[in-house]
Amino acid sequence: MKKVYSRIESIAGNVIAVKADDVAYGELAEVSTRFGTSLAEVIRLDSGLVSLQVFAGGRGISTGDEVRFLGNPMRVSFSDDLKGRIFTGAGEPRDKGPTLTENLIPIGGPSVNPTKRIIPREMIRTGIPMIDLFNTLVKSQKLPIFSVSGEPYNQLLARIAMQAEVDLIVLGGMGLKYDDYLFFKDTLEEGGALQKTVMFVNTAADPVVECLMVPDISLAVAERFALKGLNVLVLLTDMTNFADALKEIAITQEQVPSNRGYPGDLYSQLASRYEKAVDFSDSGSITVLAVTTMPGDDVTHPVPDNTGYITEGQFYLKGGRIEPFGSLSRLKQQVNGKTREDHRAIMDGMIKLFAAYRDTLEKKSMGFQMSAWDSKLLKYGELFEAQMMDLSVNIPLEAALDKGWEILASCFEPQETGLQTKLLDKFWPKKAD
Amino acid sequence: MTNTKGLVTGVNGNMVTVRVEGPVALNEVAFIEVEGKRLKAEVIRVRGDSVQTQVFEMTKGIKVDMPVVFTGEMLAVELGPGLLGKIYDGLQNPLPEVAIKTGYFLEPGIYLDALPRDVKWAWTPVVKVGDTVERADTLGTVPEGTFTHRIMVPFGMLSSYKVKSVKPAGEYVVSDEMVVLEDSDGKTHSVSMIFEWPVKRAIDCYDERLKPTEPMVTKTRIIDTFFPVAKGGTYCVPGPFGAGKTVLQQVTSRNADVDIVIIAACGERAGEVVETLIEFPELIDPKTGRSLMERTIIVCNTSSMPVAAREASVYTAVTMAEYYRQMGLDVLLLADSTSRWAQAMREMSGRLEEIPGEEAFPAYLESVIASFYERAGIVRLKGGEKGSVTIGGTVSPAGGNFEEPVTQATLKVVGAFHGLSRERSDARKYPAIHPLDSWSKYASVIDPKAVAWAHYFLSRGSEVGQMMKVVGEEGTSLDDFMIYLKGEFLDAVYLQQNSFDPIDASVSTDRQRLIFGRVVKVLGSSFEFKTKEDARMWFSKLRQMFLDANSIEWNSPTFTEADKAILDFLADKVTGLHAAAKTIIENLERAV
Repeated sequence: MKKVYSRIESIAGNVIAVKADDVAYGELAEVSTRFGTSLAEVIRLDSGLVSLQVFAGGRGISTGDEVRFLGNPMRVSFSDDLKGRIFTGAGEPRDKGPTLTENLIPIGGPSVNPTKRIIPREMIRTGIPMIDLFNTLVKSQKLPIFSVSGEPYNQLLARIAMQAEVDLIVLGGMGLKYDDYLFFKDTLEEGGALQKTVMFVNTAADPVVECLMVPDISLAVAERFALKGLNVLVLLTDMTNFADALKEIAITQEQVPSNRGYPGDLYSQLASRYEKAVDFSDSGSITVLAVTTMPGDDVTHPVPDNTGYITEGQFYLKGGRIEPFGSLSRLKQQVNGKTREDHRAIMDGMIKLFAAYRDTLEKKSMGFQMSAWDSKLLKYGELFEAQMMDLSVNIPLEAALDKGWEILASCFEPQETGLQTKLLDKFWPKKAD
Repeated sequence: MTNTKGLVTGVNGNMVTVRVEGPVALNEVAFIEVEGKRLKAEVIRVRGDSVQTQVFEMTKGIKVDMPVVFTGEMLAVELGPGLLGKIYDGLQNPLPEVAIKTGYFLEPGIYLDALPRDVKWAWTPVVKVGDTVERADTLGTVPEGTFTHRIMVPFGMLSSYKVKSVKPAGEYVVSDEMVVLEDSDGKTHSVSMIFEWPVKRAIDCYDERLKPTEPMVTKTRIIDTFFPVAKGGTYCVPGPFGAGKTVLQQVTSRNADVDIVIIAACGERAGEVVETLIEFPELIDPKTGRSLMERTIIVCNTSSMPVAAREASVYTAVTMAEYYRQMGLDVLLLADSTSRWAQAMREMSGRLEEIPGEEAFPAYLESVIASFYERAGIVRLKGGEKGSVTIGGTVSPAGGNFEEPVTQATLKVVGAFHGLSRERSDARKYPAIHPLDSWSKYASVIDPKAVAWAHYFLSRGSEVGQMMKVVGEEGTSLDDFMIYLKGEFLDAVYLQQNSFDPIDASVSTDRQRLIFGRVVKVLGSSFEFKTKEDARMWFSKLRQMFLDANSIEWNSPTFTEADKAILDFLADKVTGLHAAAKTIIENLERAV
């Protein structure tokens, strides 16, 4: 049994320091306070002084409280029993189920050897035309959903979770509103997807240090399931809260901030999480979808900005819809050539026309006269928004392509679409009369 | 070996403080012994008997009082035959071999030989017993791919030596003793095919550094013609995310007219490296007819790999580049992205609690960036032949704003600036190099005066375009409108290039000269148009003809036909040719 230390030297924010020896960097300890015991992680060693980050926060800790080192880094139990369970960021049950203690695995492990990676090759179907048709999600991709607070990003995430063809979903909630937590739980339960879901949820009321653990713990579990051959979808919401938690700890630690108060290693911190997305050549895969709220709808804010440099594109959620401009799946070219022959043509053609519609809208708002072509575009744009962009639309890719042709045919003459004659001959809907 | 030992006294992130007994050198390598594993670290600050080191691995599990061994050597790379075609991490660990050993994950504390010890090389001696040699002199050669790899006197042997013995021609492995040298004191030195060189010291075994004048052809029109890069020069490619920095570097790494390409994937996505790893062995180098991988070295320390090794990776890459330059070869180093390298410095500087400069980057950021780019250069070697290292670095400015410290520090020291713009990439105008913001101090493949003349249409055309947004087309004169159309035309058919089209992806200089001549003809001609709509229609037709011709094979009958069709189409409408344009065309034709 490890020694117990009962003299805390300093308490600042969520960080306490004790004099102790034989302690490893990254080791866990238990701090017993009058409010109960909390886990804490060693974040700094300086001669005999050990700084620990207390999961439950520093509030109410007394210098006379006891600290007991556990001799191991942060770990999580891994087994099939995880399925259908809900935990806190510290790995404690949140659902009144039993505590799992078997087969503990470390979190935040080393990165995958780049030479063992393969080029992504399979699409993940979501039933959302703006994703499947226009910005296809690919297995092992890491994609953020950029949006402003108040947008239905959690609804979108839940829908993808329900419909995506994956074996397992790991949901990591960071600073989640309690209502949103219940929303996820209820939605997954009602949809019967709870049994293939593992949830690690830190709500806004929970300690901020636990929020920092959520991505690592979720991804460590996902990685093990992927190595067992499962295709895992990891949903993280909201990574901006994670970054803010990093900021909070860094400032308490008196680190020099780099950009708007965020620590200088924000990029590396985010990258080490996102880069866990992988397709193991002879096993399963991890796909990461993460919400990044943009304060003030500002894409140059450090969090979305650093994220954009790390991820393979982004979905831009605005006005309750996935914007065709600004959204990008960098990996879509790997898969959309082998779905249906008209996929790429419809994708490019419809977006070009939609861009023209936006120009026309601008012209209209400035009071310019509308030509016959402009009127066609206006009709097209409205149909596109209602039947493609609306998030309630739920159809498979093939149906979405057919719908695309239908919309085009109801607005334009074939040659006005700029599509190849070969495709027009084959797919252009024949008039009934 | 200095036999200096120490004990860990503190850990903070990837910085470990050690109390030492005995001498230590700055940038010396140390190993921290953690439960049977040895973690590599570099000394970055010495204060009395307290030494701060940055660890090239995750530091979890390190405890106070763990033993540390100092090697007395600075962080170094192995130089010798067999580097080409290899994939290394930032510390020159061969990643495929690491994968064989540890599987999917990069376990800490694994350090393997950079060069395989069991491969045999066909040695041909060059020196004889009794010859006098000094550092970097060739002792013998071995063939490596299509190159003659020189086995040289190690660069760290600073005096003059007599050759005491030489191995006869035959097959040897890299660690075999090939030559024995004797210095003036009668001490003997055994020399094999490999030696080590500290990465943070530039290799300077040449007679003279020359001015970079010869263009390094990239086969990308906007670069070669408008913003050229010279062999031995430096350039940077800043741009926001999604503007196509990495794609542009990938295209350059394939097409650049150099002998060897070294790609330093520094802190970027692993997925992008994978594309290169998988595609390059399949692609054929048009110059040699062999796989592109045979002329490539990849140093890859992607974003989730340890940060300190990321800082080392660009130095590892440039040291290997300098080594091949010593053989009279032209080497191109592509670093993607130097911002991640600068961020690695920032992280370390923060841990050292140094006083921060702008955006918390260390105050020495500029001088470090400058000294890195200064390792590029074309040099005259002792034998009189030339070798060059060209460095092209991408920069990932925060928020896409070029006014940030890394971009600004880089702009001060490079010879060419290829600024990528979000506006152009959003409009799918690739490569998204902004023609008005970018610049180059090097010589183009085309007469600079002609280039400047053509460039006027871009700047003036853009001004007219801006004006038209306010006053509308009806408020613009036909003359101005023509300049606008001509600028747009030049942009569409010459500056933009389709890197996915097999023909258009790489354009030879001859072809660039011919097409440039045709474009100048269009820019310099006067036309009669009744309305602006007529002019627009005619120009879009002409543009389509040029674009079609761009994807036809060079010097094929179809191309000649398409070219003739363009000239005929043009002749129908032209009413006169500007004198300046006439001179340019005549000069170009003389050159072709």
